[in-house]
Amino acid sequence: MKTPLPALPREMHKAPTGIAGFDQITAGGLPKGRTTLLEGSPGAGKTLFALHFLVHGARHCGEPGILVAFEEAAERIVANADGFGWDLAELIPDQLMFVDARPDADLVRSGNFDLIGMLASLGALAKQMGARRIVFDAIDIILALLPDESARRREIHRLHEWLLAQGLTGLITAKKGGDEGSSISTTSHGFMQFMVDCSVVLNHTIVLGVSQRDVRVQKYRGSSFNEDESPFVIGPGGLDVAIARMLGAADAPTSSERITTGVERLDTMLGGGYYRGASVLVTGFPGTAKTTLSGAFAAAACERSERTVFFSFDSDGSEVMRNLTSVGIRLEQHVQSGTLRMVSARTISGSAETLLSRIKAIATQHQARCLVIDPLSTLSKSGSELAAHGAAERLIDWTKSQGITLLCTSLLDELAEQKNGGAQLHISTLADTWIHLNYLVQAGERNRGMSIIKSRGTAHSNQVREMILSESGVTLADTYTAGGEVLMGTLRWQKESAERIANEVAEAQGELKRVRLDAEEAELAVKLKSLQTELVAKQVEKALLTRTSMSRERELAGELSRIRESRGADATNLDPM
Amino acid sequence: MYRFELFVAGDAVNSAQAVANLTSICREYLPDRYEIEVVDVFKEPNRALTQGVFMTPTLMTLAPPPPRRIIGTLSDARIVLLTLGLATPG
Repeated sequence: MKTPLPALPREMHKAPTGIAGFDQITAGGLPKGRTTLLEGSPGAGKTLFALHFLVHGARHCGEPGILVAFEEAAERIVANADGFGWDLAELIPDQLMFVDARPDADLVRSGNFDLIGMLASLGALAKQMGARRIVFDAIDIILALLPDESARRREIHRLHEWLLAQGLTGLITAKKGGDEGSSISTTSHGFMQFMVDCSVVLNHTIVLGVSQRDVRVQKYRGSSFNEDESPFVIGPGGLDVAIARMLGAADAPTSSERITTGVERLDTMLGGGYYRGASVLVTGFPGTAKTTLSGAFAAAACERSERTVFFSFDSDGSEVMRNLTSVGIRLEQHVQSGTLRMVSARTISGSAETLLSRIKAIATQHQARCLVIDPLSTLSKSGSELAAHGAAERLIDWTKSQGITLLCTSLLDELAEQKNGGAQLHISTLADTWIHLNYLVQAGERNRGMSIIKSRGTAHSNQVREMILSESGVTLADTYTAGGEVLMGTLRWQKESAERIANEVAEAQGELKRVRLDAEEAELAVKLKSLQTELVAKQVEKALLTRTSMSRERELAGELSRIRESRGADATNLDPM
Repeated sequence: MYRFELFVAGDAVNSAQAVANLTSICREYLPDRYEIEVVDVFKEPNRALTQGVFMTPTLMTLAPPPPRRIIGTLSDARIVLLTLGLATPG
């Protein structure tokens, strides 16, 4: 009775479900023209999954579909689906048909029966509307009416053969076998498992009081698939399966563009700012101005007219804005212009996955280019650590794939830090830039210190800076290192003023010396001048003296000769007495 | 007068049995007071759809009221008679 199935090219034999994430897990969707079994406990989301599959087929793949409801009234399913904005009315009846096949409550049974009638009717309907997809929702209800195990097996087999013959992509949902609420016995469940080409299990568990949904592909004949449990949420647009990154998935192109951190000197420390599309982690104890740093980033992004979403899980959005105003960061105008969206959810509950899904939905809706999450540690507030870690990883992965610049803060409590020396969510390895804020206690003061622990692809300053919050904004101050210790606050101020005074003294002393030297120089100049005058006087005197003595000699000589002449003495006797 | 509609799936075993069982019950308990219309879902699938008949065979009583519905081969005549009010429990 086995119908031969020709091998089809890979893409052609998949029927996409349109469920975000699920199509990636299964490399394209459910097996086309074959049967898939979808199991899950009550309330796990089976009907929703099935409906998503049909709506996507009808609306986007040109594959009309039929939903055969054994358990829930068709009108109720339609009404529930409207909550997801699927607008089924537009598709019915040409693209989507509901067949209410609930057995009557007062149904009387006498002897054996089969499903041939149903299949004949559905066959005709499928032909009429050219259906390519069909869902049998809650097959267990009808199987329970069959008298014995062999009858069940026979009908399951009949259904399967019919689906293959019709060439329809079938999805059969059933309550999970082995569950208390299941009306299928283990045997027929096993038989169904064996018969179908693909089997998917939806799980709904409560971990530490938090609802957690997982989907797992149990088998998939002739296709590769991800075998792990993947968390999913029922979001505003239907199912959303969180997927771990598949190898080879594309990121947004890596950018070397720098965007400002909102703090001028931090930009310098980072060699120009954060990279566009990077994920930045800011860790620190309570009160170390993590939110302020986030706010500065958000404000700077808005000033560049980049759409930004600010998630505040610690305090109300308006409180955050008020508090930031006190340090000169003004966000109101950006909220009013619609550039910035503040989302506050102080007492949000739900699993990390639910939070992640909401964050993604809101950011997508807002077309955000920058995203602030304050603090990310909210993810681990409820539910299991592991789930929170997974969600944080996927958040970073998602923002990277979208090219969104992400800044998230993470609260560290002192004990936790001592224990593992890092962020609780272990995302510090994933973040591109990790800025740590802490208090330095010195000389009876607490001062805020900022250090860049890592920044990929950036030559960054390794020095601890002091962060100063003032009315005019956030500034970073140089710190003084003395004897291997970083000085901050008053100590830094003291050190600074001491240096200033020393400078002034040195300057004054220099000035004094210069003046003194000037005076000496002037004095010497004066001295020089008077000496020169004296010299001239002396020279004049000397010249005069020479001249006088010469004329005297001349006169003397003249006198002698006159005397000689008058005496008439001879020339040899020249003795002048 | 009892009026029945019996939905069958061609000549499938269960369906053929139901036709035979219904005829024999009627002959025995409702001689000359019955009308049976056999509807083949292969020939009239839309009729089965509008009537909400999914399991075959399905017997529908149109008269007398109230309308009843019995699925199966009708091999247990007692259940059929009880449902039709032709026998009392016990």
